[in-house]
Amino acid sequence: MADKIHLKMTVNGQPVETLAEPRELLIHVLRERLDITGPHIGCETTHCGACTVDLDGKSVKSCTVFAAQADGAEITTVEGIGSPDKLHVLQEMFREHHGLQCGFCTPGMITRAWRLLQENPTPSEEEIRFGMAGNLCRCTGYQNIVKAIMAAATEMNAAKEAAE
Amino acid sequence: MIPAAFEYHRPSELSAVIALLSEHGDEARVVAGGHSLIPMMKLRMAALDHLIDLRDIAELRGIEVGATIRIGAMTTQHELLTHAGLAEAAPILAEAARQIADPQVRYLGTLGGNVANGDPGNDMPGLMQCLDARFTLTGPDGTREVAARDFYEAAYMTAREDDEILVAITFPRPGAGHAYEKQKRKIGDYATAAAAVQLEAADSKVSAASIAMTNLSDVPVWSAAAGAALVGSACGTPAVEAAVAAMLADIDPVEDSRGPVEFKKHVAATVLRRAIARAWSRV
Repeated sequence: MADKIHLKMTVNGQPVETLAEPRELLIHVLRERLDITGPHIGCETTHCGACTVDLDGKSVKSCTVFAAQADGAEITTVEGIGSPDKLHVLQEMFREHHGLQCGFCTPGMITRAWRLLQENPTPSEEEIRFGMAGNLCRCTGYQNIVKAIMAAATEMNAAKEAAE
Repeated sequence: MIPAAFEYHRPSELSAVIALLSEHGDEARVVAGGHSLIPMMKLRMAALDHLIDLRDIAELRGIEVGATIRIGAMTTQHELLTHAGLAEAAPILAEAARQIADPQVRYLGTLGGNVANGDPGNDMPGLMQCLDARFTLTGPDGTREVAARDFYEAAYMTAREDDEILVAITFPRPGAGHAYEKQKRKIGDYATAAAAVQLEAADSKVSAASIAMTNLSDVPVWSAAAGAALVGSACGTPAVEAAVAAMLADIDPVEDSRGPVEFKKHVAATVLRRAIARAWSRV
């Protein structure tokens, strides 16, 4: 067994340190060592996207990244995007447009959509479907997820204009 | 799914990577984006004692666009999709990259990993053969170049030695007549069949043609005969069907979960017809 290594990263704006074996996947370190349980373990085979986190400005599937590879990284999970008291507009729109049923895929959906809207603040429906293709939902049929993201983009752009 | 234990290395110099590979031999593997290797480690189908992460090696990054295009091995599929200079100079790369996997995988998956792994399902090896790319390999005895068309020996078997790593990919700036056409069962799947086509024209006729096929043999298939069948034509039906027939003679698909041999040949012919038509429309 390899020795544990000392990892430092910034998770949701907070500096964190932990020890982990090199073979530990980022999703396991987040959930089991750092108690950040927003990212979910769905398929654990890089297909479903439930474990999506934002790593240095990239949406990644944290079941397919070793925590050691994230040493020094800035990570944002759904916990860093909104809170129960102050939902992010994406979360508000998922609620308003019924963009979820069981909710298992939702943290990954929100985290991915959050990055997508930063890269493309005015996406077409086709661009949303292309940009969300790494996140699977077995409940909704995706229609309402796409609607929710389009609505969030509109809201965010209106808020940005109002602020200028 | 947790891989077997290994030691993690993250050198910041290429020379340190080569030294680790020389020291540990086939007990060590390099990891680029990790989206081929890590799943295999989780399935315990890839066993290694030393994992060498290439992410801090600056000289493996970067895209240079000129008469020759040079792409560092650690360039991600996402970077291929979003690089403005490359979109103008060699748009076939982005056309292929957007058909690979999904957004999360493209943020981490690299061009170098895709071509060096030797997986017949990967899209970039065939595309690199179409573009007549050269692969720059560095090892303990220095640096050498291998043509993409000579690199692939069998599934996961390439001309790269165990103590060498792929540093960069270079190819001459291609012409405008391009297409990458891929048929797959769903997002994230490998191709049932895919075709990379580059055409050049003079006097409304094809003056040069390069055609390569993906996942239709245990190696990518660059079909010189298929390209030759188009030269001198205006891509009318007889020339296209001659190219398709030549391509079908060069591929060697096997039956698997993507379908029986006859179906794969049918799909191969279809994607090639579409790719030729689209490339010709862009010449």
